[in-house]
Amino acid sequence: MTAEFTATDYKYGFVTPIDSDVFPKGLTEETVRAISAKKEEPAFLLEFRLKAFRKWKEMVEPHWLNAHYPAIDYQNISYYSEPKSKPRLESLDEVDPELLKTFEKLGIPLDEQKRLTNVAVDVVFDSVSLGTTFRKKLEEAGVVLCSISEAVKKYPDLIEKYLGTVVPIGDNFFAALNSAVFSDGSFVYIPKGVRSPMELSTYFRINEKETGQFERTLIIAEAGSYVSYLEGCTAPAFDTNQLHAAVVELIAEECAEIKYSTVQNWYAGDPKTGKGGIFNFVTKRGLCSGYKSKISWTQVEAGAAITWKYPSCILRGDESVGEFYSVALTNGKMQADTGTKMIHVGKGTRSVIVSKGISADESHNTYRGLVKVVPKAAGARNYTQCDSMLVGNRCSANTFPKIEVGNSSSQLEHEASTSKLNEEQIFYLQTRGLSKEEAIQLIVNGFCKEVIAELPLEFAVEAQKLLALKLEHSVG
Amino acid sequence: MYLIEIKNLHASIDGKPILKGLNLQVRKGEIHAIMGPNGAGKSTLAKILAGHPAYTVTEGEIWFKGQDLLSLQPEERAALGLFMSFQYPLEIAGVTNRHFLKTAFTALRKTKISEADFDTLLAEKMALMEMRAEFGDRSVNEGFSGGEKKRNEILQMALFDPDLAILDETDSGLDIDAMKVVASGVNRLRRPDSSLLVITHYQRLLDYIRPDFVHVLFDGRIQRTGDATLALELEAKGYA
Repeated sequence: MTAEFTATDYKYGFVTPIDSDVFPKGLTEETVRAISAKKEEPAFLLEFRLKAFRKWKEMVEPHWLNAHYPAIDYQNISYYSEPKSKPRLESLDEVDPELLKTFEKLGIPLDEQKRLTNVAVDVVFDSVSLGTTFRKKLEEAGVVLCSISEAVKKYPDLIEKYLGTVVPIGDNFFAALNSAVFSDGSFVYIPKGVRSPMELSTYFRINEKETGQFERTLIIAEAGSYVSYLEGCTAPAFDTNQLHAAVVELIAEECAEIKYSTVQNWYAGDPKTGKGGIFNFVTKRGLCSGYKSKISWTQVEAGAAITWKYPSCILRGDESVGEFYSVALTNGKMQADTGTKMIHVGKGTRSVIVSKGISADESHNTYRGLVKVVPKAAGARNYTQCDSMLVGNRCSANTFPKIEVGNSSSQLEHEASTSKLNEEQIFYLQTRGLSKEEAIQLIVNGFCKEVIAELPLEFAVEAQKLLALKLEHSVG
Repeated sequence: MYLIEIKNLHASIDGKPILKGLNLQVRKGEIHAIMGPNGAGKSTLAKILAGHPAYTVTEGEIWFKGQDLLSLQPEERAALGLFMSFQYPLEIAGVTNRHFLKTAFTALRKTKISEADFDTLLAEKMALMEMRAEFGDRSVNEGFSGGEKKRNEILQMALFDPDLAILDETDSGLDIDAMKVVASGVNRLRRPDSSLLVITHYQRLLDYIRPDFVHVLFDGRIQRTGDATLALELEAKGYA
C-alpha cells in the first residue's frame, strides 16, 4: 500500500491495537508456510494455501472495475498477527462524543454501544453469559458455529471437502490471495433437517469479533436445513488495514435454505479527498447444489472507499432459487461497483435481483450483473430490477446488466429506473410537518423498501436510519 | 387581529426580485383570492409563505397567529396551522399514501393515533373527496392523474385541518368535473373559522369557492382589491 493510504488514524476514539505477535511485512512462499505452521494446520490446508499462492503469483492485479484504486504494494503488508485486543475503557465518557452521537442516531442500544467501544459492561447485561446461552442452544440443535481456525482443528474433513469448492483458489486475484493467506473467519454447519434455532445475527450481536483483513467464511447447509446469517453492523467500523479481501462460500443442499445478510459501514475515507478509506474487495458465492435449494443474499453497503463485490449464486440443483437484494449507498468520494451473478444450470431454476443504488456528492455507483442460463437449464426464470437514485448533480450511477441465455424456454425480465432525490420532494414533506431528516429518511426508505424488508427485523430499522444519516449532509 | 399579516414583502430568487412590497391581511374565516397574470409572483407568494428555501426575503414581515413566520422552518409553519396545496404535488416512490398521510398527521398533531382510528378518519375524508380506498395503498402521487393529485392535496387539507390553507393554482390542469369535486371538497372540509388563500389564474374556480376578497397581483404587488365581482370583471376585461 502506498504510504499515504496506510495512515488511517483512529480518530474516533478507537485506539491503535496492541500488536503482540506480528509477522514482518512481505509475502513469499515462506510467509504462507509460516502462517500455516503458526496455526498448526493439517498438510492439506498448507497445500491449499501454497497452490493458491503459486496461482496468485501468476496473476495480475485487476483494475477493470468502474473505479480507480492505486496499485497495492503486497510486500508492504503484514500477513499475520495474533488476534488484537482493544484497550478497555471504564465508561462511555471516554468515547469520542461524535461517535456516541452517531450511535444515538442509529438507535443502537446503550449496552451495545459499550460493547462496540470496548467499555466494560455492567452485571445487568452480561454479554459473556448471554453468548454462552446462545452457544448452548446452537449446540443442542447440532448447529456448528465457530471460527474457521477452530473448524480446521475440529472438523478437518468438512473443511477439506468443501473449502474452495465454490470459489476455487484461482478464481480471481483477490480470492487467490485470500486462499493463500486467510487469517480467520467463520464456519457454520447446519446438519440435515435442522432449522437454526436463532438468527445467527442475534448471536453475533453479542459476540462480534474483530474482522480480519483476509477473512474466510464457509457455510454448509445440509439437506432440508435453514440458517440466517448476518455479518457486519450499522455502527461505523474502522481498521488500520486498508485492503479487505474476504471470501465467502455458501453451500445449500437439497431443499436447504441459506439467508446471508450484510450491513457494511466501513470507514469511507476523508469525504473531501477520499484518503484512508477501506478497499472492500470481496468474493462471495453460493452454490445451490441440491434440488429446490435456496440462497438469498441481502446487502446494505453504506461504507468503504471502494466496494467491489458480486455476491453470486450457482443454481445447479433443479428448481433451486437464488436471490440478491442490494442497497449500495455512496457519498463523498466513495466508489462502488457491485451487483451479482446468477448462473442457471438446473432445470426450472429461478432468480430475483433487486438492486438499489444511491449516489450522492461526488461518488460513483455502478451496478454490474450477469444472468446466465446454460442450454440445459430449461424453464429458467429471472427477474431483475435495477434502480438508481441520484442526490445532487456531481455524482454518477451506471448500470451494466449482462444477459446470456442458452435456451428458448427461459423467461427473463429486466426493469430499470433512475430518479433524483430533490429539494422539492424534501420541501413537500417539510410542509407536511416532517423535519428535513425525517423527509430524507422517508424518501430513501421508500426507494429501498424491497431490500430493507429482507433484512432481519432488528437490523432493518437501524439500516434505514443508517442510510438517512449518510445522506443528511449530502442534500442541499 | 389578523390571522396572517404580510407587511411590505420583498422577495427574490437567484438575485431576481419577484415580490416588491406586497401587503395583505387575512382574518379568521375569510376567503381571499389572489389573481394575476403569469409571472406576477402568485406562486412565489405561496412558496414563501410555506417556507421554500430557494426564495430570499429581502425586506418585510409576515405574522401568522402572532408569530414571526419567516423565522420558522417549513415543518414548524405547518405544525402552527399553515397548509399549502401544491400546484405540482411531488411523487414519492415506494411510500404508500396512507403511510405518508399518517406520518404527516402524527408529525403535525404531535400525538399518536392508533392505526384503527386513523383508518376510520382517512376513510371518512377519502369518501368526501370521492377517492377510492386503493389510493391509500398506492405510492404518494405516483401514477396519479392531475385531478387525483389535486384531490390528494385537498384530502391532506381535510386531514390536517389547518387555520390557513393556501391553494396554489389548485384548478390548473383540471377538467370541470374534477374541479367541482375539488371545490366542493374544499367547501365542505373547511372549518367555518379557517381561512383560505386561493391563488388562481382563472375566475372559474371562484364560481365554486366564493371569495370575500379578490386581490390583483401584478409586478410583485397587490394592485387592486375588491369583492367577488372584481374576478368577473377581470375575466371579462383581462388584467391590462
